[in-house]
Amino acid sequence: MMWLFLRKQKYLIDFTLSSLLRRKGKSLGLLAVYTLIVFMLASVTLFTHALRKEAGLMLQASPEIIVQRMQAGRHALIPADYLQRIGRLRGVTQKEGRLWGYYYDPAVKANYTIMTAGQVAAPLTEIIIGTGIARARGLVVGDYLTLRSQNGEAYSFEITELLNEKSELVSADLLLMSPQAFRRLFNIPEGFYTDLVLSVRNPREVRKVAEKLTLLLPDTRPILREEVLRTYDSVFSWRQGILFVLLTGSILAFVIFAWDKASGLSAEERREIGILKAVGWETADVMRMKFWEGMIVSLSAFLIGYLAAYAHVFYASASLFEPVLKGWAVLYPQFRLTPFVDGLQLATLLFFTVLPYIVATIIPIWRTSITDPDAVMR
Amino acid sequence: MLLNPAIMALLLVSIVVCSMLMLASGFAIQVLRHWDIESGSERQLGLERRTYLISTLLIWAFSFELMSLLLFIYNAESMSGQFVGAMCATGVLNVNGWGWPTLFLKIAVFFSGAVWLALNYLDNQGYDYPVVKYKYRLLLAILPLVVAEFILQLLYFTNMDPDVITSCCGTLFSSQAEGVAAEVSGLPPRNMMLVFILIGVIVIVSGLRVALRVRGNWFFALLGGAAFVVALMSIVSFVSLYIYEHPHHHCPFCILKSGHDYVGYILYVPLFIAAALAMSVGALSSWRDKPSLTLTVNRVIPRLSWIAVIFFALFYLAAGWSIWASNLTMAEVW
Repeated sequence: MMWLFLRKQKYLIDFTLSSLLRRKGKSLGLLAVYTLIVFMLASVTLFTHALRKEAGLMLQASPEIIVQRMQAGRHALIPADYLQRIGRLRGVTQKEGRLWGYYYDPAVKANYTIMTAGQVAAPLTEIIIGTGIARARGLVVGDYLTLRSQNGEAYSFEITELLNEKSELVSADLLLMSPQAFRRLFNIPEGFYTDLVLSVRNPREVRKVAEKLTLLLPDTRPILREEVLRTYDSVFSWRQGILFVLLTGSILAFVIFAWDKASGLSAEERREIGILKAVGWETADVMRMKFWEGMIVSLSAFLIGYLAAYAHVFYASASLFEPVLKGWAVLYPQFRLTPFVDGLQLATLLFFTVLPYIVATIIPIWRTSITDPDAVMR
Repeated sequence: MLLNPAIMALLLVSIVVCSMLMLASGFAIQVLRHWDIESGSERQLGLERRTYLISTLLIWAFSFELMSLLLFIYNAESMSGQFVGAMCATGVLNVNGWGWPTLFLKIAVFFSGAVWLALNYLDNQGYDYPVVKYKYRLLLAILPLVVAEFILQLLYFTNMDPDVITSCCGTLFSSQAEGVAAEVSGLPPRNMMLVFILIGVIVIVSGLRVALRVRGNWFFALLGGAAFVVALMSIVSFVSLYIYEHPHHHCPFCILKSGHDYVGYILYVPLFIAAALAMSVGALSSWRDKPSLTLTVNRVIPRLSWIAVIFFALFYLAAGWSIWASNLTMAEVW
């Protein structure tokens, strides 16, 4: 019984395929438009999803809590003795001050992010730079880079190392120097830091620690890693959503196109259906055949479109949508995203492409299949 | 919140399904008023032709609805990163008062859709459209559910406030808290386990009885529904504990996560299919006495029951296996 059913479907598919091939121009036109729609939507989802994933992975290594001092509503330098004032908080495994800032380089009209190289006592005149800066200024290891300090003096630094290309997404505009050089360049007195970072081992304690911090140091604000992550998550979904809304217009156009294709039957096709009904096909059989036609077109379009989008995003760096989705800058990192596909993405995409197509073609298909044989063959 | 693509997709599906059902309901009213199989009038011919359109429309509508149930849960799961305090779907459903009602309505629409599809299949088998009026009356009863689902879902998604601190599975499904979820979590696991095994055995035996053409269709359908409810309660009460290997974690959604090998899908999908099939058996069996349907009913019911029994068995095997393979031992404690 089951076997019979499957055999019947197989013959129907067989028939549908050959009838699709008989009308090559029309079928290929529909397939091309359909594929394009899938391609655009899939590119957007794949790209934003990969970016979101990347941001999440990156932030995994960042400290759980950042403490910034606020003065008149603005971020201000934080005195080093705040570290002592925090004292021993239960759950905090590590705390330290950080020095970092931005440097505007008029030569390339770009901002560098300058950080101090942690606890490593780097020599005063040596720096490590990211590949973005190296590209923009045409620098290699061994060259000198001159930066103007706060009070107008010029300092030359020898480049001892380029940061690894693999981390370019975060390190393109990064410049690492020693704390002493940083203080001298920006005129920051000893005993002050840009902000403090705390590591908390247990994620459930993070909120409690932050609460204690606001009581202990009322002029500071704690920034939690989970909040940053959550913001990234919503921002990327939101951007993706905006693009989807913009693409709704093209989906609607596609729906009208599909409707039109399905209802505007040529005399040839009409005759075909007339003959089928005359030789004994029922309305339900014709509808089943048309169902398979829709499935074949949909699945091929979906597969081709999705694969093309995959190549576009992960091998061609999504050149079509890049500026909208990730923003732009002079020192923009060149990076290749890690491929990432998930079920929710696929299901959403199916709902945005296959569902409109099916809905648009149900009524035209029905109209076709109730045609009376004598009406078309006369 | 509305601009999340998955949410947009869910709303799109809801709108499409709603309008499909409205279209079908307009037709249903015409059928109920003017259907007369004896007549050869133009109106009757038109109605007969349009039944093809309407049943195709509804087959699609209910399959979309099934997919949207899956997408809804999956989406809730993946949005848990965007709300303070949410660690799985429970937290996201708790974001406002509309989450749980939407989920329950979706499940209700799933089961009524399944029963409707079974009736539709039956109707297409008889030469004189024997079930047609009943089928469309049922459709008119389903329409309010679908519309309500659309409205609740819209309210749920539009009222999502990321600043609200939600309570997740740890607080909702704990035996110390209050409410239905907590009651279920606090059920004595030993008794629950006995009920679970008992009803499992009974439902499979009665399914086999139906499959082997001994009577008892309605009994099987009722048992199928009961087994569904008991199974959900048991998952909360003790099956989840074994999956998490943690004596106090009762969440029915965390088992869908990759960290637990997606075992939740292996439990829920067969359970939902089996329950839907068992209910369909009940719906079909009352049409045995129609002369044009006796043959079909006698042919279809055993087949449906076989499939239902297989899926029930799959569910119980999966549940049993996750208990057996677990490192948690609670035998002496309970």
